[in-house]
Formats: sequence, structure tokens, C-alpha cells
Amino acid sequence: MGIFQLFSKDKQETLDKGLERTKTSVFAKLSRAVAGKSKVDDEVLDNLEEVLVTSDVGIETTLRIIERIEKRAARDKYIGTAELNTILKEEIAALLSESNQETAMDFEAEIEHKPYVIMVVGVNGVGKTTTIGKLAYQFKKAGKTVYLGAADTFRAAAVEQLVIWGERVGVPVIKQQMGSDPASVAFDTLTSAKANNADVIIIDTAGRLHNKVNLMNELTKIKNVMQKVVPNAPHEVLLVLDGSTGQNAFEQARQFTKTTQVTALAITKLDGTAKGGVVIGISDQFHIPVRYIGLGERMEDLQLFDKDKFVETLFEQH
Amino acid sequence: MFENLSDRLERSFKILKGQGTITEINVAETLKEIRKALIDADVNYKVAKTFTDEVKKKALGQNVLTSLQPGQLMVKIVHDELAELMGGSSVDVNLKGSPAVILMSGLQGSGKTTFSGKLANLLKSKRGKNPLLVACDVYRPAAIEQLKIIGSQVNVPVYSEEGNLNAVQIAQNAVKFAKQNNHDLVIIDTAGRLAIDEQMMKEIANIKAAVNPQETLFVVDSMTGQDAVNTAKEFNDRLNFDGVILTKLDGDTRGGAALSIRSVVTKPIKFVGTGEKMDALDTFYPERMADRILGMGDIVSFVERAQEMYDEEESRRLSKKLAKNQFDFNDFLSQLQQIKKMGNLKDIASMIPGVGKALKDVDLDESVFKTTEAIIHSMTPFERERPDIMTGTRRQRIANGSGTSIQEVNRLLKQFDDMRKMMKMVSQNKVPGRKK
Repeated sequence: MGIFQLFSKDKQETLDKGLERTKTSVFAKLSRAVAGKSKVDDEVLDNLEEVLVTSDVGIETTLRIIERIEKRAARDKYIGTAELNTILKEEIAALLSESNQETAMDFEAEIEHKPYVIMVVGVNGVGKTTTIGKLAYQFKKAGKTVYLGAADTFRAAAVEQLVIWGERVGVPVIKQQMGSDPASVAFDTLTSAKANNADVIIIDTAGRLHNKVNLMNELTKIKNVMQKVVPNAPHEVLLVLDGSTGQNAFEQARQFTKTTQVTALAITKLDGTAKGGVVIGISDQFHIPVRYIGLGERMEDLQLFDKDKFVETLFEQH
Repeated sequence: MFENLSDRLERSFKILKGQGTITEINVAETLKEIRKALIDADVNYKVAKTFTDEVKKKALGQNVLTSLQPGQLMVKIVHDELAELMGGSSVDVNLKGSPAVILMSGLQGSGKTTFSGKLANLLKSKRGKNPLLVACDVYRPAAIEQLKIIGSQVNVPVYSEEGNLNAVQIAQNAVKFAKQNNHDLVIIDTAGRLAIDEQMMKEIANIKAAVNPQETLFVVDSMTGQDAVNTAKEFNDRLNFDGVILTKLDGDTRGGAALSIRSVVTKPIKFVGTGEKMDALDTFYPERMADRILGMGDIVSFVERAQEMYDEEESRRLSKKLAKNQFDFNDFLSQLQQIKKMGNLKDIASMIPGVGKALKDVDLDESVFKTTEAIIHSMTPFERERPDIMTGTRRQRIANGSGTSIQEVNRLLKQFDDMRKMMKMVSQNKVPGRKK
């Protein structure tokens, strides 16, 4: 367990519990796929395809993984079922690894350049505000001074929602009226947080579909305005993806990256039946690390993403 | 909507083009592409398999139709199958009952609250109902507040009980309140919940049992992946819901969830959400949707939407001008006002067959209207009637007058020209695709 010491034991248990559905369903299917067979035949590969596709891994990534396994089977002439699991783990880990080499920023880690500004973006209803509440809780718990900026001035009661999270966690929320200019809210937040020597600033933004050009341009404006207060801000652009979203998540990643240079991903709602497999392909294609995963509605239900652990947990046999 | 799937299917059909008959071999290749496209569109793995098997059976049975191009034949077969899979004719919401009660259900973030507001708005304005919105999401921070704001936007009262965490009780009290206050329609918004959350699923089952709604609706994000079938099935097993609401279809999702849910729970999709504005919802028409999936456009919705907004006299005058290619800046200006009333420009344009695809990468910026109007207002009456006489000096003068740059004026003139061409095409029915 040495490599997973990032997680304390109780954290690990939450993660295990949260991922249990993912794990058992993927693995149960996979075990069925290989049960009673001594080598990788077409039927096994077909079943594997089904397992991966139904986990939202996507046809392209799935075919890539299968191709790799086929090549290996051809080379080695024979692959036992026990080996298949190892190979799968290796393949998926390989897809995730390039983008996730650096260790995720720990909440306890020293912040070099204060304030560290995180801008949170994503389509409607993925869980941006909730994720921000959870992040604030983690940073605060780690002894950081946190400021939240309610720059979702569009959605009904989005400001109120963030304010409630602020109260819950015990961090200040900078806000204006609903309908006001989000860039102006971000500006206020950074100014105020800077004056108060804050460590971390998290800016909430309105959910927007990535094909709405105007709304996407608004994000660029918010970014530019923030740089007037803190050069290099935002230090992190966090794209929140709903774990139950299918292949459209690719398009979301593509468009948000294009407009805002996304630096990290958060995958939410992984405590449900959805598998979040689309992350594998996204991380691979856009070279963006997955940083956080959401596993519930409580303050504590957020974890730092750990690639090895993710893959391990996905295919762990119980 | 669904452009990506149509693109993929169009590409796969190309494999068949130029071949005389449908054989086992050429159909297999096409079907493989279709299946991949469907899975890529988030159609459930098993549903996609069943679908392509069905298409294959039908395709091979029709090898004698030599008069038709195999490609066209496949389009027809795939189209018919898609339409069938998504259900027969459209199904209305049941509003019988005094009051009629509609219960929302779904995962977190699927769009229940926004849709509740839209539905209240629609049934109030088009069916003369007197709705009451009920805030039963007692868990998520500011959820009640959100419904209240939406309620005030559509001018519909919201029933809520601050501090009461018993959603079942709130729902019951709301129905009583509705009876006493002459509301003939009650729309109950509930908290988002995971299908595996036993406690929460029990809660919504209890709400349903307590208020006995005419309609229980399952609201689902159209971007949902493979899990859509599981969630829909779980909710259906618990609630036996009456219909599905597909939200966020104004995105570019291929929307395969629509196909899979419909085939797994055999419940009709009743409405689709197409934007954040309170009038951005549409009835779901399987036939039209199949047309859209295949890139045939949705001309029926377009015409209906247009009819609501245009007066007939005006359109007759306009279509004459269009046919004669006399469409000028005066018409353009008055059309701008009309279009603004119709809603999102891109949504509307994409309903026109063939146009959706052409506009895929075109930036139809609505705020551009302002600049556009300013530019047109800076033209002389003569210039407005004769868009083809714009010399450099005229352009410069217009730019100065409207506070824009000559580039912007040029861009508008170019756009106007393109638009004229496009409209001429539409008015002469030269747009490819629809045959029926």
C-alpha cells in the first residue's frame, strides 16, 4: 500500500465504498467473460468490449485496448485469464499515466505563490458548486485560508447555494446580485482575498453548454479580468465532469480546453451506478490530469484522484 | 442536435453508395459503422446490437429494389427503425384530475427544477392552467430558493415549507393548498437522487403513494452515457413513471440515451429541454427526431415555431420577395425583430433541413443583432433596398455612422449575401434530404 499513502485509512475506505459499484460491476462482468476459459479467444474479447463500452470507456479507447491485447496474444501465442487482468490494469494505467505523473496537489501542501486561484467550469448540472463546497472544506481542514467567489450570477439561487456552502464550511463568500457581471464578482473576490492574504481562492462559474460560443467567451473574459489582480491567475482551471456523462464528455473537454486551457479534471457522482470510464480516454487524449473525484453529497465526499488506486480499485478482485 | 450521429451515419452510407444491390458483405461493413456510430452516440451497447441486427434483417430482405440506390434504401431502413425504436406517435401529458398532479424525478443535476418551471409556464400559457409549483427538494442548499426564483420568472406561485424536512408531508399539504386556492395543476419538484440510494428512493415512492399523481416524469440529461438504461430502469421499477423528459438537448450531444431509455423502459419521451430560458422546451416527436438523427432536419418544428410568431400576411409578402430574390435590408431588419422573438437563432436555423449541418461551425452570435441593427440603421433608404450597390465610400460612411469598423460592415454584407442565397434555396425547396 506504500504508493497510496496519500490516502489516510478512513479516506481509503470511503473511496473503496464509493467505487464499490464500479468495481463489482466491471469486475463481475469481466470475471464472467473469462470464466472457464484458458486463453483469450474472440468471445472473451467481445465480452471485454462489452464491459469497457458499457463503462463509457468509448468505442475508440476500447478498440485501442483490445488491439493491444490482441497483439500481445498473437505475440505470446497464449494468454491465460489470470494474465488478462494484469494486462488490462497495465493498459488502462498506461492511458492514464502520461497525464497523471505528477502527484495530485495535496490539500496540506505548501502554497508557493499566494493566493492560489482555482476557477471551476463545466456544463449545467455536473456539480460545480457542490465540488467547490467540498474543496473549500478540504483546504480549510488543512489549515488554509479560503475565499469563494460566487461568479455564477446566472442560474437561479446559485449564489445562495454557494453562500450556504460557505456557511457550512466556515469560509467567506464574495457575491453580488443575481444577474451581475461574473467577471466583476471574480475581480472583487480576488481583490478582497488578496487584501486578506488568503491562501486559496475558488471561483464558481455558471454552468454552460460548451457549444454556446458567447457563454464560452465569457469565461475568457473572467480569466482576463482576474489577471489584473493576480498575474498568472487562475493557477488551476478545474473542469467538472459528471461521472454519468457519456461520450459527450470528450466534446466538453475539447471545447472547455480550447477556451480556458483546462488544467485539471474533477469527476463527480461516482457513488452512483455510472462508471466514469470516459475519463480514461479524455485524460489520455487531452493530457489533462484527473485531480478530484466526487463520491457523495456530504462535505467529506471528495477525494484526491490517484491513478494507480483508481485502476487498482476498478479491477480489484473481491 | 445529433449532428455528429448524422455525420457518422452519412459517412457509413457512403460505403454503400454507387453499389447496385445490398449484399451480405457490403451491408456488414455499413452496419459495423452504424453500430460504432450508435455506441459513440451513447446508445446502450445491447440496444445498438439489437438495432443493427434488425436493420440487417430488413436490408437483406430488400435486395430486389434495383431502382433505388442502396444508400438511400439503407437511410430509409435505418430511419424507420430509429423512429420505431423511439416510439410511435407523440404522447401528451395527462392533466385530468382536480388538481392534476405532476411529480418530477431524476438524478442530481438532470434539470428537474428548470424543467418544472418550463412545464408550469407552458401549461399556463397554452392550456390555460393555473399551476402551483411545489418545492420538495429539502436537501440541496438553496434548491427551494431556486424554484422560487424560477416561479417568479414564469409568474407561478411556489408552495414551500421552510424548515420542514418531510417531503411527503410538504407534497400532501401542497395538494390541499392547491384545492383550497383553485389551482388545477400541481407540479412537484423533488431532490435529485441516485437510483441506488435506498432511503431516497423510498422517499419518492412515498411521495408518489401519498399524492397519487396523474403523471410521474423521469427527467434525464441527454448527455448521459451507458448508465442511462440502468438508472431509467431502476426509477421505473420503483415509480412506474409515465414519461421521460430529455434535457439539455441544445448541447451537441448525440443523445443516444434517448434511444436506449425508450427501448429499455418502453415509456414515451414527452418533452425535450432545449435551453435555459423558460420557453425552451419542445414536445418530443419520434418521427422528427429520427429525421434529425439522419440529418434530414426538423422542418415541421421550424414551421410550427415560425407560424406562432409570424403573421401570415407578412410571410406571404416575404416569401414572394424571397422567390424573386428581392429580399433587402428593410426585410432583414424586420426579420431580425421577428427572429429575436422566436428564440435562439441557431436552434431555429438548425431545424431547417440541411442547414443544421452547414451551421455546425458557424458562430451565430445573438448579441451581434445590436451591431447589425446599428449598421442597417446607418444605411440610406436607397442602400437598404439595393444591397448590391455598396461601394467602399458607402461602407466607410456606414461604419462611421454606426460606430463600427468597415470590417464589421463587410462582414454583415457578406452574411446578408449568404443568407439571401440560403433563403432562396429554402424557398425553392432545393435543400437536399427530405422526400416525404
